[in-house]
Amino acid sequence: MTPLLTVEHLTMRFGGLVAVDDVSFTAEQSQITSIIGPNGAGKTTMFNCLTGFYQPTTGQLTLAGERGDFLLERLDGHRIVRDAGVARTFQNIRLFTGMSVLENLMVAQHTEQMKASGWSIKGLLGLPSYRRAEEEAVHLARSWLDRINLTEKADWPAGALAYGDQRRLEIARAMCTKPVLLCLDEPAAGLNHTESHELNDLLRWIKEIHGIGILLIEHDMSVVMGISDKIVVLDYGKKIAEGTPAEIRDDPRVIKAYLGEPEEEDLPDIVAEDLDLDPGAR
Amino acid sequence: MTGLLAGLDGNRLLRHVLGAVLITFLMTSLIVGLELVATQTGLSLRPRYHIVLYCVVVVALGSTAVFALAERSWRLPMLVGVVIAALLLVPLLTGNLASDLAFLLPFPVAPLNWLALLLPAFILIRAAQLAYASARPPAAAARRREMTRTGKLVSLGLGLLLILVAFAFPISPWGSRQLVDILTIVLIYIMLGWGLNIVVGLAGLLDLGYVAFYAVGAYSYALLSEYFGWSFWVCLPLAGLFAASFGIVLGFPVLRLRGDYLAIVTLGFGEIIRVVLINWYEFTGGPDGIGGIPRPSFFGLPFQANPPRDGGETFASFFGLSFDPYHRIAFLYYLILVLALFTNWFTIRIRKLPIGRAWEALREDEIACRALGLNPTNVKLAAFGIGAMFAGFAGSFFAARQGFISPESFVFIESAVILAIVVLGGLGSQLGIVFSAAILIGLPEFFRELEDYRMLAFGLVMVLIMIWKPTGLVSHRDPTIRLHPRGDGR
Repeated sequence: MTPLLTVEHLTMRFGGLVAVDDVSFTAEQSQITSIIGPNGAGKTTMFNCLTGFYQPTTGQLTLAGERGDFLLERLDGHRIVRDAGVARTFQNIRLFTGMSVLENLMVAQHTEQMKASGWSIKGLLGLPSYRRAEEEAVHLARSWLDRINLTEKADWPAGALAYGDQRRLEIARAMCTKPVLLCLDEPAAGLNHTESHELNDLLRWIKEIHGIGILLIEHDMSVVMGISDKIVVLDYGKKIAEGTPAEIRDDPRVIKAYLGEPEEEDLPDIVAEDLDLDPGAR
Repeated sequence: MTGLLAGLDGNRLLRHVLGAVLITFLMTSLIVGLELVATQTGLSLRPRYHIVLYCVVVVALGSTAVFALAERSWRLPMLVGVVIAALLLVPLLTGNLASDLAFLLPFPVAPLNWLALLLPAFILIRAAQLAYASARPPAAAARRREMTRTGKLVSLGLGLLLILVAFAFPISPWGSRQLVDILTIVLIYIMLGWGLNIVVGLAGLLDLGYVAFYAVGAYSYALLSEYFGWSFWVCLPLAGLFAASFGIVLGFPVLRLRGDYLAIVTLGFGEIIRVVLINWYEFTGGPDGIGGIPRPSFFGLPFQANPPRDGGETFASFFGLSFDPYHRIAFLYYLILVLALFTNWFTIRIRKLPIGRAWEALREDEIACRALGLNPTNVKLAAFGIGAMFAGFAGSFFAARQGFISPESFVFIESAVILAIVVLGGLGSQLGIVFSAAILIGLPEFFRELEDYRMLAFGLVMVLIMIWKPTGLVSHRDPTIRLHPRGDGR
């Protein structure tokens, strides 16, 4: 079976700086693939290449989803979402803060809605076919609001929501584009324990119910170790390890990247304490 | 005096008031404090100390009131308020404002005197508002949320009432030729404001060259009727189409720019259109303009005293009326009213469609839009094109009403005024634009008596609105779609 996403020899240079250096990995359908690494390792840069915000210097990004096969590096940014079905969220939340929660989810369904409204002509005339399509869009939005417990606040401005709610709303908004691959950039940043637990449940639920692939950048090890099927570790733009959470936890290269060269004998304890690599500890 | 100011920080108050007084003194002493008089030897400057003194006193009292109210000490401002109310009421009751207040109100023209009276009252109301908000923040906030719900109903009712009044006005006893004329101009600007609102208010694209599309519309009609003899009703949609295509053609290269850069390029485009109109003498008549543009007819019935030479009837003879030039003025008024209302209907409706939501989303965050699969270029082009189309409609109406157009009518200041109308009205608000157009276009027409001081008053009104309502006259935004019906407490 071909993987959902195949990244081959991806390199991104900014002048003399090599942010991502010859990285290759794959991500499967119905699996959560995490990308971890110290700050500045090139994780977000890689996301930006995948989602069309950057044009990679070299490399091939193949997506083989339900919608067909696409070479992502050749598509415009908006077409990667619209045609190939790669949705993403942002490290610093990017909601439409002045618009209501429901409107945020409606904008995510823009492409379909635009067609249904006959490029606004049917919509202006108020034809029933458009009204039906709009009701369907509201229905989808409503089901997501129910899932993330924001139905009550559907008419609030998105900017008025609590931080954790905004994080979940951004994920719901990305899901409203009906993607085949969901890219999440540090979704647990700034969440407390309860909230990141809820996030874990949400991501697992999305993976199982919707059967899509999830690509996750995360620093919170309780999230990464708890839900990942596969972990890719980057350091200084290079891939230094790839494997299951258990493999990664014991990989000496990963420990070195996070903590530097070992000086003491009792290193594994420090790792367990400082990095909280063990999900059971939480 | 000390008793009244008890509990206030004297030093801060002093600094606050002195600062205000100093600024007022510097501004007034140069602007109104000097008068140019003709003497036997030539022109000389005569100082008018009393006016400067008056302004300084008013500002000193006003700023004390603002300060005191902001510090929640109520007694002094009450005193000031009572004094001003008395000063206002006594002459109003005796019915002889000008002579009774001659000692206080030294300005040579009535509107300026009125302004001088209203200003302190205005400052006081604002001060009270500030004090109220600072004294009871939670209650006030709750009240405001409550207000938006009833406020929505009020604005809806107000809108309907305005439409009714607008339709009834020309046939009412107050409908004089002069007033209907002024209202026609106001309506043109309301329509332009509503059109620009799509571009600036909804899509968030700062367009400083909007008047260019207005010019394209006006010249489309003028040239089509001059070269081909086409009637207004054929040219109206064509003018909109031409303007829209100009909008799209301009949009392609510039819409990758953002904010300030976009503003500069659109400003340049506006000037290019005007300069082309001036210099393409053979085609557009250059600075001489185009005259003799035919007036629109009423379903083929012209508004004129004598029947056309090739037979047929006029509006007056068809309806068995005696010829009256007022008919045409009223007809033009109704025409622009219908055009403006169409613009309004269109904007309200399209805001609730996917493209309207995409515009607002684009205004909020372009990067997030791209991440949701929206093509920002197409969304922006649609806004630019549709906004330009309404300017084109308004332009062809303008040409038909004036009967003569020249590049003089499409200078940058027009773009600035339209933009000011949109911004002062509250970006994205339809009713706010009506009010601000009435204030910015209507008031200067009424205040013709002020002559050169008009621009001063214009600036003052803009400054006051920005102080009072920094987000525009009507700044409430209602969601385009709701999950829960309004008013169930959520």
